Parts: sequence; structure tokens; C-alpha cells
Amino acid sequence: MKNFHWTTGFLYGVLILYAVITILPFAWALSASFKPLAEIAAGGANLIPQTFTWENYRTIFLQEPLFGRWLLNSTIAAISITLFNLLFNSMAGYALARISFPGNQVWFWIILAALMIPGQVTLLPKFLILKSLGWLNTYMGLIAPATVNATFIFMMRQFFINFPKELEEAAALDGLGRFETFFRVVLPLAKPALAAQTIFVFMAAWNEFLMPLVIMANPEMFTLPVGLNAFKGQYISYWNYIMAASMIFTLPALAIYAFFNRYFIQGLSFTGGKNG
Amino acid sequence: MNSSIQQFWARQRDREAITGYLFMAPTMIVAGVFLILPVVFAVILSFYQVQLLGEVSFRFLGLKNFIRMFSDERVWIALKNTAEYALIVVPVQTILALTLALILNSQIRGKHWFRIIFFLPTVTSSAVLTLIFMWIYNSNGLLNTILSFLGLPSYNWLGDPAVALKGIMIMNIWSTAPLFMVIYLAALQDIPESLYEAATLDGASQWEKLWYITLPFLQPVTFFVVVMGMIGTFQLFDQSYIFSAGSGGPNNSTLTIVLLIYQYAFKSLDMGYALALTLVLALILITVTFVQRKVFGEERLGD
Repeated sequence: MKNFHWTTGFLYGVLILYAVITILPFAWALSASFKPLAEIAAGGANLIPQTFTWENYRTIFLQEPLFGRWLLNSTIAAISITLFNLLFNSMAGYALARISFPGNQVWFWIILAALMIPGQVTLLPKFLILKSLGWLNTYMGLIAPATVNATFIFMMRQFFINFPKELEEAAALDGLGRFETFFRVVLPLAKPALAAQTIFVFMAAWNEFLMPLVIMANPEMFTLPVGLNAFKGQYISYWNYIMAASMIFTLPALAIYAFFNRYFIQGLSFTGGKNG
Repeated sequence: MNSSIQQFWARQRDREAITGYLFMAPTMIVAGVFLILPVVFAVILSFYQVQLLGEVSFRFLGLKNFIRMFSDERVWIALKNTAEYALIVVPVQTILALTLALILNSQIRGKHWFRIIFFLPTVTSSAVLTLIFMWIYNSNGLLNTILSFLGLPSYNWLGDPAVALKGIMIMNIWSTAPLFMVIYLAALQDIPESLYEAATLDGASQWEKLWYITLPFLQPVTFFVVVMGMIGTFQLFDQSYIFSAGSGGPNNSTLTIVLLIYQYAFKSLDMGYALALTLVLALILITVTFVQRKVFGEERLGD
């Protein structure tokens, strides 16, 4: 047991080193967002700005009129996509788990097959379909295709299969129909699964780059990731502005993560095990 | 009397079926229009030349799109880049994830906090990460400052074709490893404690336990992590797009398959050929997934 302490010390060393490696880029970016450009250009590795300034943030919001718009677009898209997913995936998962209707099995296999189809495969045909619907450059085009997700339909189905039937039978005896039972009894008890879904779907929608890049041609319709990329092209060596914009972009995702962190890890372990 | 009972049950069954369809309706519509239809489209249109300018028009080409790939130098460069990328990134991130998970699984205090911290890059958007790393790789950025502090030569990370892809690799390993770490952590919880107790009674050392119990037990998870890692590397797009401003440069060194597909579809407006390339990518990914399911997935799928 004596050399155990030695090992423990070493293990802590590894963890702390890795924690530093993880945090450093963020700390470095955060500090740059409060530095004037001259200080950044001069180089040096100081994490605390010599001259602390809010100017970078003021500039991106006031001089770059589209930045606020990109933030709004991302917010609208991510929130609507999350809400639709919570509702639609749960409904489909519940139907597949509990309701017998002709085609139940077929749809279950379609969902399983869909899990294997990477988004890139459907990207170009989706573009053509959105084009013929006249939905390019619109919120509809960004939101509608993302309102259901095979992974979470599958996850919800697994959840509802293990859900105690007695509760629903009791609700039925009380005279509640399927819809009432689902919305008033079943869904409220599925909160942990819904929380895991919220965080994954929101993160994915907030961070999505390829889809909005492809379907949004007007700069006013860009979401933050695409806007940020355009912003970089425009302010190519203004790292102070780019870092301030990056920090604004990161904040909401971090807040959601901090809030739902517990479910995130649970959900990951869950999907990790199940997907396999 | 008998028939009215039958009618009653038939009505019940119809009601149930209607309810089922109502619950499934959003999924059926969205999946039909944006998933099933696109897959059918992708397969059919890859045999066509698709003209996107003005009115969309189609011309049947047969297998020409597929034959063209063999003489397309950039396809081979993208495949080579992706293979190189996978060969380095997948083993490194797997070993890193496993090591971190093993350490976090031991009797260590504050593991909750380490887990939260390690996860930061995974929840941050690829666009932001790429920008931060581009800046760190900058000629007078953080990485070169550290390298010169250690007396090591500094690199032109962004502009040198020999190191540009390595820059993306480092970033990806760093941001993906924690995700797999969590999957390993979950799997470690499933190892029965009795196995270790028995081994302790037999006088096994920590290393022997790791080697003869933990690692064999984790083998299916490792396979899963490797396959998911490979699928991830074949889907690489955001990082190389932002790094190279969409070009795949310098000198095609960061060109990936998805970036190539994007370029053909939206820069050259050669949608049919891009779709044919997409099908090849899909074939690779489905093969990888299929092998995974065959080797270790089947027995788990049923539960």
C-alpha cells in the first residue's frame, strides 16, 4: 500500500496536466477577447490582458450589424429544432413501443436503417428538395428537415418499452384517451430521457455548420457558425474580434451543458451502450 | 350478439391504428420527405448529369460519373488524406480515451470536476474550436511561443502542406477523446467487482488485473470506439473547410472527401458527380458500420 500514494500522485499529475491542456485554449481565447489588437499582435503568452477592454465585444455588436442577426437566427433554429424533436421523437418512440398499428414493424426497421445513414449522404438531395419547395434561404428549410432524429426515436422507444404499463392502464381506467395519457402521464415521467435529448439536439443544432452553409445564401440568414466563418474571412487578422465573437457563440452552449451536464453523461453512456 | 362484439373489437383496433398513425405522422412526413426520398434521389441522380443553374435539368450518363472518379486525382488525394487521418487519429484518441477513463475510474477525488473540464471541447462548436486553434497555430501564436520557450523549432502550422493536416489531427484528438472516455467509463462500471476480488485472492497485481480482466472485458467497447472514430474521420468537413477557407489547401493537404463533395456540388455545380461521390462515401461508411454490427453488435441489438 505504500507505493499506492506515489501512483495516486502520478495519476493526479496526469489528470491535472490534461485539464490544463483542455482549459488553456479556452482561457487563451477568452483573454484575447478582452485584449486590444496591438497587445495580441505583439505576441507573448500573458493570460491576463495588460490593457483590459470591452471594445472587441462592442465592435462586433455595433459595427457588425449582422452579428446580432446571426445570433437570433441560431437561437430561433436551435430552440425550434429542439422543441420539435422532443415532441415528435417521443410520439414516434411511444407509438413504436406501445401502439399496434399496421406498419409498426416496418417503421421500426426504417428508423434502425436511418441510424446508419450519415447526414452527408442525404445532404445534396435534401438541397434539391428544399430548392424545389422554395425553402432555400428560409427558416423552414433549416428547421423542417431537422425536426425528427432516428437516434432519439430509437432511444425513446427503448425507454417506453421499459416503462411500467400499469400507469397507462390506470390512466385508461380513469377515462383518459391515448393522447391525454401520453401528454399528462407518460411524458412527465420521461423527463430524464427528455433532458438528455434536449442537450444533444440543442448542441447539434446550435453547432451545425454544413447544413446552414449549404442552404443559406443571404448573409442575413446565416447562423452563427457560418457567420463566424464569413466574419473570419472579413477580419482576417483581427483575432481580437474573432475571439470575442467565438466567446459569445460558446456561451449559450456552455450554459446548457452546465445546466444539463448530469443528463448529458447519462445520455452518452446510454447511447454509447445501445448503439453498440 | 357475437357480431356486435366482433364489431366492437374491430372498432377498437381501428381506433388504435389511427392513434398510432397520428403519433407517427410527423415522423413519417419528415422522414419521408427528408430521409427516404433523398436516399432514393441520391441513388438515381448519381447516374445523371444535374444542371443546377436556372431551371434544374437532368441528363442520363449511365456509369460515367463513377468511371470519372478513377481518373480524378483529387478523389485519390482526399481518400489518401482521410486514410492518413484515420490511421493516426483513431488509435491515438482511443488510447487517450481509455487511459483517461481508467484513471478517472480509480479511487480519485474530484473526478466529477475533471469529467466536466475534459468535456469542454466536446460541447464547443467545431467552428469555434477551429478558429481558436487557427489562432493558436498562428505564426506568433501560443503553440509557437511554447515551442520556442522549450527551445524547439516553430512551425508554419497553417501554411505548410506537410503540417496543416497534423494541426487538424491534434485538434480533433483533443476534442473527440473525452466523448469516448465517457463511453469507456460507462463500460467500466459493468465489470463485475467479483472478478477483481477473485483475482486479488489469487494474488494478481494491478497490472495483471488490467491486462487479464479489464482490457478483455472492454474489447467490444474498444471495437465500437474504433469504428465510431473511423466513421467520424470519414465525415470530416467543418475543420478542413474553415482551416482552408473552403479550398482544402495548402496544396490539397486538408482536402477531405466531404469537402470534395461540397466543392463539386456548390463550386463546380456538378451535382450528379458529387452525388456519385456521396454514394461511394456512403458505401465506405455502411461497410464500416456493417462490419461493426457483424463482429460485435448483433447480440446487443435485441435488448
